[in-house]
Amino acid sequence: MKYMLLIWNRPGFADELTEAERNAIFGEVDVIMKELTESGELVGGDALAHPSQTRTVRPAAGGTEITDGPFVESKEQFAGYLTVDCDTPERAAEIAARWPDVRHGFGVLEVRAVMEQAGTEM
Amino acid sequence: MTSRAVEDLLRTLAPQVLGVLVRRHGQFYACEDAVQEALLAAAVQWPAQGLPEHPRAWLVTVATRRLTDEWRSEHARREREVAVAVRQPAYAAVAPAADEEPPSGDDTLKLLFLCCHPALPVSAQVALTLRAVGGLGTAEIARAYLVPEATMSQRIRRAKQRVEAAGARFTLPSSADRDERLGAVLRVLYLVFNEGYTASSGDELHRAELTGEAIRLARELHRLLPTDGEVAGLLALMLLTDAHRAARTGPAGELVPLAEQDRTRWDRGAVAEGIALVTEALTWSAPGPYQVQAAIAAVHAEAPTAATTDWPQIVALYRVLARIAPNPMVTLNQAVAVAMVAGPRAGLALLAPLGEDDRTAGHHRLAAVRAHLLELAGDRADARAAYLAAARATTSLPERRYLEVRAARLAP
Repeated sequence: MKYMLLIWNRPGFADELTEAERNAIFGEVDVIMKELTESGELVGGDALAHPSQTRTVRPAAGGTEITDGPFVESKEQFAGYLTVDCDTPERAAEIAARWPDVRHGFGVLEVRAVMEQAGTEM
Repeated sequence: MTSRAVEDLLRTLAPQVLGVLVRRHGQFYACEDAVQEALLAAAVQWPAQGLPEHPRAWLVTVATRRLTDEWRSEHARREREVAVAVRQPAYAAVAPAADEEPPSGDDTLKLLFLCCHPALPVSAQVALTLRAVGGLGTAEIARAYLVPEATMSQRIRRAKQRVEAAGARFTLPSSADRDERLGAVLRVLYLVFNEGYTASSGDELHRAELTGEAIRLARELHRLLPTDGEVAGLLALMLLTDAHRAARTGPAGELVPLAEQDRTRWDRGAVAEGIALVTEALTWSAPGPYQVQAAIAAVHAEAPTAATTDWPQIVALYRVLARIAPNPMVTLNQAVAVAMVAGPRAGLALLAPLGEDDRTAGHHRLAAVRAHLLELAGDRADARAAYLAAARATTSLPERRYLEVRAARLAP
């Protein structure tokens, strides 16, 4: 079963960290990514650019309107995701719990099941 | 010879060749890699240059050569590193004769048991079985399971490491373990089958191939263990289920429930074979879960129309199934059958305990069955609410689409 782990964190949180703290966090991410790669659970993932680089496209009278900045106004912003393929939802949550944003209080991870193309007739 | 025919031949030969190598050299990990390389070489050469005289011996020779090369380079590396003279390995002198050792079915069995080893998570058992026994390439397996090739390649590598680390041996399980180990093999084959059967879009071709592969392996297992009723039952269940393939989706790819399928589109050949298999198995074997499920599928298959289904017979079979393999999913199906005999309220009464069980309370299948029975009972509002609850809970796109359509039909 595939799950997408959505990383929501406070933009700019890293500005307040020392270089050593920052390196430690990158190190933690590397360890998790290596483990997920070796176990054959990692499907993919991406980190996103700072929210200030976002453009939001919405419907408007007579067409569409494009504005600078993210859609959701909130303290935490969507910062990136990884997709894993694992045997249980508990395992997906366990991976999320180890992500540095959760462990150090920079943000939260949302675990969302990915829809399958297969289905049983009922 | 067409590349399709070559591919079929290679898949049949793959476990035999791997069996020969593992028996001679041990080292499942290295042998499995060597066989994959030999299969790849054959897939390229044979369609262009024609079949060698002894295809199996050709593969054994090429795979052994790969293994030898691998060992030599490993050997040379170690020599360079420690500068210690290492004796030339004995295997290099023992080139296999072209047609020695007849193909042994035992090898295929042993491989199946090895790949479905209890030290492995189920997803790894599946991947390893498809590669080592099914002879599928990593890329094909990855496409079928909709994951990147690198992910599947790691999963297989990890599975092989775990099998070796667990000290698994290339032998048949002891009679004390046999039933449990065979159960794991049957479960893996059934999972592979379902993965392919339930595919309705996406990389459909590759996934449908899984169905064929699962049936092929179940057939092989049945040939090797002809007196095992559950093996016969599983093969029959696969054939009877796969017979619906053409009728299970509509023109727009939407799911069509059993009751509404055009039965003239069912594969009569597969139905006949499945019915014969399960009928025979039930005469000499104590009924196991796969046989009973196949028997239920056979009763459905024998009815020319949904309306003429022998529901009392199906209720009786579900009662047997609930006794030998109690499980909430069995109760769900049993409730549908009971509703057809004793009315929807009787079916709903059977569902009540599942709604209070944490394991099933939020499950989309429970909501979907409740919705169906409420609809039969004429309770449109509650039926609609239950269909919508099921649509929210499922993680399958085709199921969500089906459930939303059913809900929409009941809109006030």
